[in-house]
Amino acid sequence: MPSTRRLWLTQCAGLAIFADLAAAQQHAQQAARSGQPFETLDPDEAREIDALASQMVPSTDGPGAHEAGVVYFIDRALSTFDSPLRDSYRTGLAGVQAKRTEMFPGSASIAALPANQQIELIRAIENTEFFELLRTHTLYGLLGNPSYGGNRDHIGWKLIGFDDRHVFQAPFGYYDDPANGGAW
Amino acid sequence: MSGASFRPSDPVDFLVIGAGAAGGVMAKELSTAGFRVVVLEQGPYWTEKDYRHDEIQYTYLPGLTNDPKIQPITHRRNDSEQAKPVKAVEYGRQVGGGSVHFTANYWRFHESDFHERSQFGAVAGADLADWPIQYGDLEPYYTKAEYELGISGLAGANPFEGPRSKPYPLPPMPVKSSGALFERAAKKLGLHPFPAPMAILSQPYQGRAACAHCGFCESFGCEMGAKSSTLVSVIPMAERTGRCEIRPDSYVRKIETDAHGRATGAVYFDARRREVFQRAKAVVLCANGAETARLLLLSRSKRFPAGLANSSGLVGKNLMWDMGGEAMGLFEHPLNEYKSIQVTRVLHDYYRADPKRGFYGGGGIDARFDYYPAGFALHAMPPDAPKWGLEYKKMLSESFNHTLTLLGHTSSLPQPRSSISLDPDFKDAWGLAAMRVTYDFHPDDVATMKWILSKQFEILEAAGAKKTWTTGIALESMLPSRHLMGTCRMGNDPATSVVDRNSRAHDVPNLVIADGSNFVTSGRQQPTATIQALAYRAADLAMQAARRGELG
Repeated sequence: MPSTRRLWLTQCAGLAIFADLAAAQQHAQQAARSGQPFETLDPDEAREIDALASQMVPSTDGPGAHEAGVVYFIDRALSTFDSPLRDSYRTGLAGVQAKRTEMFPGSASIAALPANQQIELIRAIENTEFFELLRTHTLYGLLGNPSYGGNRDHIGWKLIGFDDRHVFQAPFGYYDDPANGGAW
Repeated sequence: MSGASFRPSDPVDFLVIGAGAAGGVMAKELSTAGFRVVVLEQGPYWTEKDYRHDEIQYTYLPGLTNDPKIQPITHRRNDSEQAKPVKAVEYGRQVGGGSVHFTANYWRFHESDFHERSQFGAVAGADLADWPIQYGDLEPYYTKAEYELGISGLAGANPFEGPRSKPYPLPPMPVKSSGALFERAAKKLGLHPFPAPMAILSQPYQGRAACAHCGFCESFGCEMGAKSSTLVSVIPMAERTGRCEIRPDSYVRKIETDAHGRATGAVYFDARRREVFQRAKAVVLCANGAETARLLLLSRSKRFPAGLANSSGLVGKNLMWDMGGEAMGLFEHPLNEYKSIQVTRVLHDYYRADPKRGFYGGGGIDARFDYYPAGFALHAMPPDAPKWGLEYKKMLSESFNHTLTLLGHTSSLPQPRSSISLDPDFKDAWGLAAMRVTYDFHPDDVATMKWILSKQFEILEAAGAKKTWTTGIALESMLPSRHLMGTCRMGNDPATSVVDRNSRAHDVPNLVIADGSNFVTSGRQQPTATIQALAYRAADLAMQAARRGELG
């Protein structure tokens, strides 16, 4: 089966064994208990990443990346299975900050920019590796298994209509439902 | 896990390398016939309780497959390029191998697949050849595989299939919306869609429960044992004999030979990376179409300086690829494709190669669920969707459950320039030469993918898609290849093949090689049924040879 799914990963990162996964999930639980939500990101970095992710999947029409806790997923990924990507985040984020200063002199932070300027800023970095990395993490954080700290309250799954269950029965969709036979 | 326990210094009757689709079959056949068997598997011994519904673990991370962090792979398109690290091939790395995480499509080859060279003629840049066996030689073994493993399907529904001696043991799985749309459209076009033959239980079978339609098949291990992997079917049968020991976490570095050029066993690293030499009267290599070739090349010695079983120079050559494009269509009503198995309908109308088309090749098409949530959001959205923002979010929410994917499964030509070799620069975590993949499409492979893709779009339009798109057919988007075929091809002439018609190495009389590497041609992808039929046949013939005293 052809797939583009793992291409980015195999080129840029791709590092984990099951011990890492257990660590990631344990980390998520410990963080929730301790009230110290971030292990790798500092609060400023977390705020900036949250601001970027929140424009990628905004909350204007309903819950988005922010409510799904994407930044918590990213922190956990960087603390566990994607720890080799920490430097990519640090340098990538520094690049975005440089772009922000260039585009919006005098601005204090990404999070402090008005929404239209945040959008302009992301447009300006769309072709960077960091954008691809952040987009990949944002979407895994939105739509991946909630045990990694993202997809809170199944916000991502509810958005697309996905339901994680162990048993389904036919009919599965509209077109295999005999009740709709011939109607289409 | 249970079964026998053998001392490495005690020569067992058969040492099987690889506990996957082929190795699992070998273990069961040989041990139930009374032979003493050790199976070395480089991956761990997981079972149903270890598997989860977790897209991150099984698609973002290596999950059930080879991990390039410990086993780097390099790829180059041709000899003049410098090979770069990338996960170019992927295989199941655990007891059960790829049969654990595969989609479970279970197509037999057609009669024509075994003599395409005679039918079609030569193809420039490729070494298209006839198989030394015919469909009829494999038919009893296809049937045996279907019954021992548990395959669901409808006999006679595919008008292009070769004759079969028995119907499927289980009825087809219930149709999904993708299958219903596909079937109606294909029939409208005068085509012949049929229920997909799947290695998934539609009803309880041999003590295993029927599929509950949870939807996590492709890339995942089945949590209820309804996918008919060797892990849940034949491997337990092998262990119950008390004559078969499955040794997980055992990574083979060399097959050893004696002064007469006969295999004497294999040296492997155990879980603690200690070297162990397991002695055996005969060796059966089932490590998949990529690792089998690599291990033979790693097993070079004074007597076999080019690698074991490689007097032809063809070990590793003629690597064939996992091929075919995706056509996606958006529909008015929800399909809810995430429910139940990946594929319920297939067609083989465009399967045969026809010289009149001007290029070699053909393909099958299936209707399927091909992307889990994050994968869909990242890679499968319509091209007019922005990559992020409010409009992206809106289109994502409207398309995930409304998208139908038609996947092409097309021929891949055997090209001498396509190969598995040893990388001169990169090493794995055990210090062995890394696998180097040299591969690029043959122009006819590209022409076939495009032609089949045009048929996929015709079907989507006949089905009433509101919008259609493709994820493309660039080689970069087809890494890694998961169908690994052709690197120890079967043939009657030791100068032009690695194994004989019985899957025994021409050069080493007590070495059997039985997996995707035996393939002379690629069929139309979906190689598992043929890998397993070949394994059943090779086991049968190896046991006959052993009883004649040829192997011991």
